Order: sequence, then C-alpha cells, then structure tokens
Amino acid sequence: MTVATARAEVSYLEAISQALDEEMARDERVFLLGEDIGQYGGAFKITEGFLQKYGEWRVLDTPLAESGFVGAAIGAAMMGMRPVVEMQFADFISCAFDQITEVAAKNHYRWGAAVPIVIRAPFGGGVHGGPFHSECPEGWFFHSPGLKIVAPATPYDAKGLLKAAIRDPNPVLYFEHKYLYRRIKAVLPEGDAVVPIGKAEVKRPGTDISLITYGAMLHLALEAAETLSQEGIELEVLDLRTLIPLDTDAIYASVRKTSKAIILHEDNKTGGIGAEIAARLTEDCFDHLDGPVMRIAPPDTPVPFSTPLEEFFLPKASDVIEAARKLAAY
Amino acid sequence: MDPSADVRGIKRSDLLQMYYHLRLTRSLEDRITALYRQGRIVGGVYTSHGMEAIAVGYASALEPHDVVAPFHRDIGAFLIRGFSPGEIIAQYLGKRAGPTKGKDGNVHMGDLKRGVIGFVSHLADNLPVAAGAALAFKIRGESRVVFAGTGDGGTSRGDFHEAMNLAAVRKLPVVIFCNNNQYAYSTPLRYQMAIADVVERAKAYGMPGEIADGNDVAAVYLASKRAIAKARAGEGPTFLEFKTMRMHGHSEHDPAKYVPRELLEEWTKKDPILKAEALLRQLQYGEDAYFQEVGERAKKEIDAGVEFAEQSPLPDGPEVLEGVFATEDEVGP
Repeated sequence: MTVATARAEVSYLEAISQALDEEMARDERVFLLGEDIGQYGGAFKITEGFLQKYGEWRVLDTPLAESGFVGAAIGAAMMGMRPVVEMQFADFISCAFDQITEVAAKNHYRWGAAVPIVIRAPFGGGVHGGPFHSECPEGWFFHSPGLKIVAPATPYDAKGLLKAAIRDPNPVLYFEHKYLYRRIKAVLPEGDAVVPIGKAEVKRPGTDISLITYGAMLHLALEAAETLSQEGIELEVLDLRTLIPLDTDAIYASVRKTSKAIILHEDNKTGGIGAEIAARLTEDCFDHLDGPVMRIAPPDTPVPFSTPLEEFFLPKASDVIEAARKLAAY
Repeated sequence: MDPSADVRGIKRSDLLQMYYHLRLTRSLEDRITALYRQGRIVGGVYTSHGMEAIAVGYASALEPHDVVAPFHRDIGAFLIRGFSPGEIIAQYLGKRAGPTKGKDGNVHMGDLKRGVIGFVSHLADNLPVAAGAALAFKIRGESRVVFAGTGDGGTSRGDFHEAMNLAAVRKLPVVIFCNNNQYAYSTPLRYQMAIADVVERAKAYGMPGEIADGNDVAAVYLASKRAIAKARAGEGPTFLEFKTMRMHGHSEHDPAKYVPRELLEEWTKKDPILKAEALLRQLQYGEDAYFQEVGERAKKEIDAGVEFAEQSPLPDGPEVLEGVFATEDEVGP
C-alpha cells in the first residue's frame, strides 16, 4: 500500500536545523561548536538531539568565551575541518570581533590560508530582548573585506544558504533572524536545494518602486506591497539574501526597471547597508533614477526593551507605505 | 660542571643542527637589520637577537607533521620549517617571492603546507587558533601536536586565557609557550602582571607548567620534547615559560633607552650562541674551528638569500586585488 503524504510545513528554525543535520551527515568534516548547543540543544533548540546523534566531538559545548571558540573554529578550519559556530545571540559576536575581522577575514589574503568557517548569528528585534539580545550587527562586518555575509528571510533560503555557507571555502557570517524562527513556515522541496551565495531574489515583481531589503523586513515589505497594490502602486520587492558579495546586478536591474528605490533594513540607519546601496545607486544608476533613494531603518539608538519603545523603534509596514506614496508622487 | 644526563641524551647530530640554526638565524637577522639601516626595508624589523634558542629549540623538538604558530621573534622556527633565507628576505623587501607575495611584511607569514600558522599582530590571537588546530587533530584522532606562543605582554590578553582554558578543558594536544623577554615594547614585566613568573597563570587553568632557560637551546629543546610527548600521548596541554631578555628594541627603530644598560650587559654574557658553544665544547662535539666554519656556512647562505631576494621582482600594483576570497581547491593544508 502506498500512501501519498503531503509534505509538512517546516519552520524557519527547523529549516536551519535540517541544513545542519544534512550537512553533518553528508560531510564528516562538519562539526558544531558554541555555548549550550550539546545537552541543552542550544538556546533556541536548533541543535536538539545532535549531541546524541553525532557525539561530543562533533557537537562541542564550549566555555563562555566567544573569541576563544571562534579562534578555535578558525584553527580547525585551516586544518581541513568545516566548523559551524553558534553565536548564541548575534549581539555577543562583538566579543569575537577581533578573531573574525583580523584572523578569519585576512588569513587568505595575507598568506593564502583558506578559513572555511560558518558563524551562525541569531539577530534582530521584535522579541523584547533589549539592547543585548536584539541587535543587528551585520553592518560592523559589512565593512570588513574577506568575509561573506548572508541573511535569509524564508525557510527555503535559510536551509539553502546554510548549506552553501558550510560548503563555501571562506568565512561566512550567517545572520538568522530570531523573530522568524517559529513565525515563518513553508513546505520545502525534497532533495539538496542549495541557494547560491551572492544572489538576490525578486520575491514580488513590480513596476513602480524597487524595495530592497533582507531578513525579517522582507515580510514587512511584502505586507506593504500588498496594501500598496490596491492603491495602484506596484512595489518590486528584492530580497538581498546575501550582503557580501552584494548582488549589485540584481539591484541595478530592478532600479533601472522601476526608476525608484527604497531600502529597508532593521539595522540602524547611519553607516548601514542601506547607505552603501544608496551611494552605489547614485554612482551607477543616477541616469535611471526618477526620485531620491529613500531609506527606512530604525533610529540610531540601541534596541530598547519596553514594548512601546521597541514598537516605535522597529520599522513598520505603515512606514513603507508612507514612503512609497511619497516616492510614487515624486 | 658536567652536562646533565638529559643533555647527553640529545643526539649529537641534533645538537649540531641546532647550533647551525642558531648561527643561521643570527646571520639572517643581522643582515635584515643591516638592510633596514640602509633604508632598503620599509616597515618594521623585529629580531630575536639574543633569544634565538627558543624558536630553534622548540622547532627542533617537533615532528614534520606537527604545526607551529610562532611568536613574532621566532624566525628560527621558519628556517627549521623549510622557509629559505631568500624567501624570508624577499618577504622583508615586499617582493613577490616572499610567502605573502608582498601582501604582508616581515614575520607576518605562514604556510599550511609547511605547518606554520601565519602570525597576527594582535598578540595572542593565534593561541585560540592553535587550540583549534589541535582540536581538529583530536577530533580526527591524529597523533599531531601544535606548538604556539606569545610574549609576556601577550599573556595579558583575553585570547591567551580563552585559549589556555579551552585547551585544558578539552585536553587538546597543544603546547602553549611564553617567550618571557621581560619587556612588552617598553612596558616592563612588573607593569604587565603582579606575579613573578608567567607560569603561575597556567595554574588557574589546571594546566601543568614549566620554566626553562630560554637562552639555553638544549634546555628549551628538552622542555619542549617533554611537553610534546605528553600532548601526543593524549595527556593534554602544557604551558612553558622560556625566560630570556630582549637584546634589541621592540623594533629596529626603537633604541630601547628604557632598558637599563647593566641588565643588557648581564644578559650579553648569557648569549644563546655562546651558551651553545660552551655546551658543545663540554660534550666534545665541537671547538673554535668548527664554530667558525658553521658561521661561514651560515653567512654564505644568507649572501645567496640576499641575492635571490634582490633579483626577485616586486609585485605589480593591481595584484592588491587578488586573493580576498579563497577557492575550494585552496582549502586545507
């Protein structure tokens, strides 16, 4: 008897867990290290059951010392392993900043040593985590040559980009958004779907304004696009997926089509990724622009704790709608 | 005084080879210093003058498949690992034939194929990296050891402590050493730490530690051998403190007026080459004519190295754009 079973929906969190499991099964060089990832299964339970399945030398609970265990991952990677580090909260990545920017990012350039590590960094707000558990620190690393940075927004991209990151010969920072862990679900196809690093994707085609975003803000953008569509303004929503290398071809292609651009991100505004994209659009697409490049981002403050403060801080669909109306009329 | 039974246990050929490497290191660095004074080297020159016994001693104690993460005054380790004097001088001159092809300078070089992890200026950064290399060996069940160090100043950094702790809790096959040369740039040891011996720091991590005379190549070699054997046997990490004195400034531009002259005079008498010669004489392994011959051999090698480096081309400007990212075929040693 054969029973056709519909594939179940997989959460963003489960997609990450599946990618880790499949890559560990596929390649014995892949091992995990981080705080509380073993017996406890990780602060968010992404590695639950991994210790039992793969043993204590492939799922290592580390001392509370981010620089030390990121450095150790670098050393193991240079000796031919494929370590995946879990940074319990992306905020704590500041403790490992030196190892990431000075050692991992520069070793290949300086003396030819490839550093194939992945650092998973659960980032972002909307979870009342306050100033030390809600940060979006990708901008710090966006400025550092030698690193790749990815930030998936859907379960499909989360799984496929993590697989690509693990297989990449370079240090990859994998920014996974905590707000999406259990809120976003999708049915994933069977098989080994790897999402290539460096490719943005149009998540909703449109003709009037390019909305360039990544991470949890994608969902806000799609919500706003739905509302605006009813008013006759068609947003083209471009999900960057990868921040380094930045897919400028996709960005330029979209903006040349729509002639207008809004950049939306959750990291604060000054010196953020939006600033770089706006500058590049001005340099390379000026003749195609029919209005100012606009940015929507939180204010330059730490991420606040209390509900009304965090709500005020985070971009909202209404911010996108308001900006799009202004730009459409320009 | 008779050499100890331990010293008599070192093979004659090994001791003679170490003496040769001491002389080669001294000749190489003296020549690099001369090139610097002639204005032919841009950037810093950090020598191991008077401290050569440390790198020569520990690197001689390692097997070829082991890995080192040298301190920035360990040029002898590079020579023993197969970096030619010509390559090293080319590195100082910013030539394409240097191990970093001009991307980095002086001792900032490495080569995974020769088991050398490239030095990072942020002192102690390479200690967690070394622990991680040892972790890879432990995970794969390989009988390989990592030897990594920093100076007395570097042991104040968090990365030193994080590496010591990680190595200890996971019993990693790594030897962490401190090259205690009493000054971190201009800062004397007493302003660096409130303890007399750096080895005290190992106690906090439950790691065995040992002090050895850093100017005595045989002592460094024997202490390293003991620690390496323990690591290879699965008994975990050891901390070694090599006591020495920095005889030149932090860099060759630094006249080191902050160091009392009497202290330098005292340590001049303990020069590692003189010490090694005294030992070889005692063991009747060599005398003046032999020492002179080795010195001449070393000098000739350095002459050839300078010629090689001078004839090597400089990189072209646009090469700056190459190598930011690695390709898959470059992964692994």
